[in-house]
Amino acid sequence: MTDRPLKVLIAKPGLDGHDRGAKVLARGLRDEGFEVVYTGLRQTPEMVATAALQEDVDVVGLSILSGAHMTLVPRVTKLLREEGLDDVLVVVGGIIPDDDAAELRAAGVAGIFGPGTTIAEVAEFLRTSARPRA
Amino acid sequence: MSAHDPLERARELTEAAIGGDRRALARLLTAVENRTPVAEAALRTLYPMAGRAHLVGITGPPGAGKSTLVAALIAEVRAKGRPVGVVAVDPSSPITGGALLGDRVRMQSYASDRDVFIRSMAARGHAGGLASTSAAAAAVLDACGFDLVLLETVGTGQSEVEVAAAADTTVVLEAPEMGDEVQAIKAGLLEVADIVVVNKGDRPGAQRTASQLRAMLVAVARVGTSDRGHHGAAVPSEIDVHDAAGPQAASSPPSDRPRPKQPEVLVTTATTGEGIAELLASLDRHRAAGRGGGASAARLARAEAQVWAILGDRTRAELHAADRRDGTLAVLQAVADHELDPFTAVDRLLTSLRG
Repeated sequence: MTDRPLKVLIAKPGLDGHDRGAKVLARGLRDEGFEVVYTGLRQTPEMVATAALQEDVDVVGLSILSGAHMTLVPRVTKLLREEGLDDVLVVVGGIIPDDDAAELRAAGVAGIFGPGTTIAEVAEFLRTSARPRA
Repeated sequence: MSAHDPLERARELTEAAIGGDRRALARLLTAVENRTPVAEAALRTLYPMAGRAHLVGITGPPGAGKSTLVAALIAEVRAKGRPVGVVAVDPSSPITGGALLGDRVRMQSYASDRDVFIRSMAARGHAGGLASTSAAAAAVLDACGFDLVLLETVGTGQSEVEVAAAADTTVVLEAPEMGDEVQAIKAGLLEVADIVVVNKGDRPGAQRTASQLRAMLVAVARVGTSDRGHHGAAVPSEIDVHDAAGPQAASSPPSDRPRPKQPEVLVTTATTGEGIAELLASLDRHRAAGRGGGASAARLARAEAQVWAILGDRTRAELHAADRRDGTLAVLQAVADHELDPFTAVDRLLTSLRG
């Protein structure tokens, strides 16, 4: 079946408590027809990787506003690779300086979305970039 | 993962999942959810290996604390060293097909524990509280060695009773002050409860709500069955937590009319763990009582639901196969045009299947 919904994990790793953006995106992607697993605040990279594995998601979306993205994101992508989840699309949203983007992409991040991104843009990116899986 | 043949792929995934590979288990569950040929082939192998786990349904209105209770139960079960699987269902949008699966928010403390496996499922248009594939997903977890599988339904109203067929034991959650005694005697959800839990026990009114439920559910069940023993005896169509193991259980005459259950009413505070040990003890008692044959009705209902669903799918597929398709569509059109009544239509379709 090719028309099954894409499954997306939305998580907030790290310690910042600003989850409004993650919730709005989760809700917006729901309205775009995605099945969104929302795991909430203060996730460790291990929690994110385990949830991605057990839920067999197509996409992992990380929301980080604390500035800790250079520490957290590479740990998540490393854990995902170790679990054999290298075909999962990883995207990051939040306050990510342009100077950090190249390094995050090198660590396995496919898309970086800053303030002002519309939900439709994110949805379109995920639809075209996520690899459909059996 | 080079195998494109569904049988080969199913064999790979099944062997790996049974051997403890959690990624293979997750992929099998995806196949089950998407009802792929891989899932069918895998379930043919796995189903005979399932049937050992205790399947516990957790249901109740939105916000009663189902996910928090499941998280508290996981902690209690893991403290005893038992593995536990969870299938948590949330609704799909009838408009877009999308879903927000938020049950994991309360259950994220077990990331490094391999003996906890939590899977969220969208209901995908299936009404009744579960997804159409939830029972099959539970069977996969069962076959992979999860001795306890918790099935958390969507937030339910008064009549989503499907979980009772999918589970060996059904737990219905209530929040304090959600209704008076009349709510407790309405038909529907509370009727299928083996255990009623008043959660948020730290809130005012929790004990009073529990007392009202006890009075209406337990006492009424007892006085309403005058032909039973002094306080009732189990019949094969139900499980009586207190009496099933007693000597009267076997001698009780069978009755055609199903009798009301006598659910145990417990009070918990899932956020603090208060009452959770008692709930697990009650679940274990219920499981032990069910081993005496009491759970057979639930298991038969589950088998029936699964077999009828597959039979329906297969029949539809057969009727739409190349050699029958035109005839089937003609019959459907005739019904649409009121030239044929639906009963005669089915007669004709069944005849065409036999031919």
